[in-house]
Amino acid sequence: MSSTLAKTPLHDWHAAHGGRMVEFGGWSMPVQYSSIVAEHHATRQAAGLFDISHMGRIRFDGAEAAQYLDSLVTRSVTKIKPGQVRYALMTADDGGVLDDVLVYHLQDAAGGSYYLLVVNASNRPKIISWLGKHPEPEGVQVTDLTTSWAMLAVQGPKALGLLQPLVEVELSALKYYSAVETRIDGHGGIVSRTGYTGEDGFELIVGNGAVQALWEKLLAAGASEGVLPAGLGARDTLRLEAGMPLYGHELSEEINPYQANLGFAVNLEGRSFPGHSALLTLAHDNTRPRIVGLELEGRRPAREGYEVRSGGQVVGRVTSGTFSPTLEKPIAMALVAPEYTAEGTPLVVDVRGQEVAAKVVPLPFYRRSH
Amino acid sequence: MTPDKLLFSETHEWVHLDQTEAQPIATIGITAFAIEALTDLVYMQLPKVGDQLTAGEPFGEIESVKAVSDLYSPVSGEVIEVNSKLPDNLEILNDDPYGEGWMIKVKVTDPAPLSKLMKLEAYEKQCSEEQ
Repeated sequence: MSSTLAKTPLHDWHAAHGGRMVEFGGWSMPVQYSSIVAEHHATRQAAGLFDISHMGRIRFDGAEAAQYLDSLVTRSVTKIKPGQVRYALMTADDGGVLDDVLVYHLQDAAGGSYYLLVVNASNRPKIISWLGKHPEPEGVQVTDLTTSWAMLAVQGPKALGLLQPLVEVELSALKYYSAVETRIDGHGGIVSRTGYTGEDGFELIVGNGAVQALWEKLLAAGASEGVLPAGLGARDTLRLEAGMPLYGHELSEEINPYQANLGFAVNLEGRSFPGHSALLTLAHDNTRPRIVGLELEGRRPAREGYEVRSGGQVVGRVTSGTFSPTLEKPIAMALVAPEYTAEGTPLVVDVRGQEVAAKVVPLPFYRRSH
Repeated sequence: MTPDKLLFSETHEWVHLDQTEAQPIATIGITAFAIEALTDLVYMQLPKVGDQLTAGEPFGEIESVKAVSDLYSPVSGEVIEVNSKLPDNLEILNDDPYGEGWMIKVKVTDPAPLSKLMKLEAYEKQCSEEQ
């Protein structure tokens, strides 16, 4: 493993516990410990524990922090209350997606208000430089907390019961997409009811020094219930089943929010941010390819980049694909010309020279029942 | 089949050579090390009886949840038998990689590539370096 890769505070734990370390977004991260399928099922049936410390965490302080963030993201964040989390996008001037982000509005112990921007690991340098091009107003402080704080995700039906004994707040009262500062395993931190798996669950932000004890306590407490540490492999199959986009696949600077079915995350009225005027036009442009869900026949997964065809013509390409452990069939997301996006449309995917029948299905592929 | 009776390729295929006929018959599979590294197997494609294989060229594919990998032929020759139940029962590879998990039998036409194959000890050394 190259020494230039960033390491999370849990890196040595991963390596010592069978984690297969791979490069991801400039970080050395575990892709799996035991098996992707086992970690996937553990998350759906009990809980999975993920080290997501590679995600970028940038803090904004100051009276005009909300206005500053509001001027950079696709949804209004000036009116979100302390304790709320909002999914939004950052777009370039042409409306292409720079990143998909979470904006947290938080309150510290003294009642002071601040904001947290959580960005994708691979996009953190780009977003930091984007902030530099749109300098903060006087009185706003921007602090990159990524390497001084760690982040975990506890995801699955057992997540709440597992985490509750370790936090001071009543987790059942914490609504989806809300967050709060609290004591976590005796240390100051942030817990949010958010995730990237399609399950109920929480994401935790704690100091680097506190994270390993917390990680080990959660695993020990969950061991008898089938809780497993889970790597990026399971994180990818889980988010794909849940129909969630991954930057660099369903989202990029060449794809606008509407193409990725993220119109809900764009609020144009009475607002101004980079890409705003381009998006005013793109919102009504139905000629561009759009992201759809595909189910394939057989057992052979489609992979990113494979051609999607209809009547011998190339009509799109696969952006992500895998074998769904829950549905036990190959699923994929693809960017497809608009006339081929209707549910049920029969298509063909070129899987390494073999034409495999596929059809357009609604997203998500999986919705939890509990 | 015990691994100490087999020969191994750098790309993690194993070969059992039956030299009782004029043209040796090679039985080919992939090693326990490879299966462990792949994990979560979902798909496999094998050649057909009668296909001509060239040593070092792909003879099939094996796919896990994460990625697809080529299977490389360690020998040159003609496929005379295919383990057709394997693609629908991939767990056999985990249970018995050197026995029931065999993939193809090949009538070897050119013995030269056989000299590049390793004995168990050398192969195990390669694996320990890859880990």
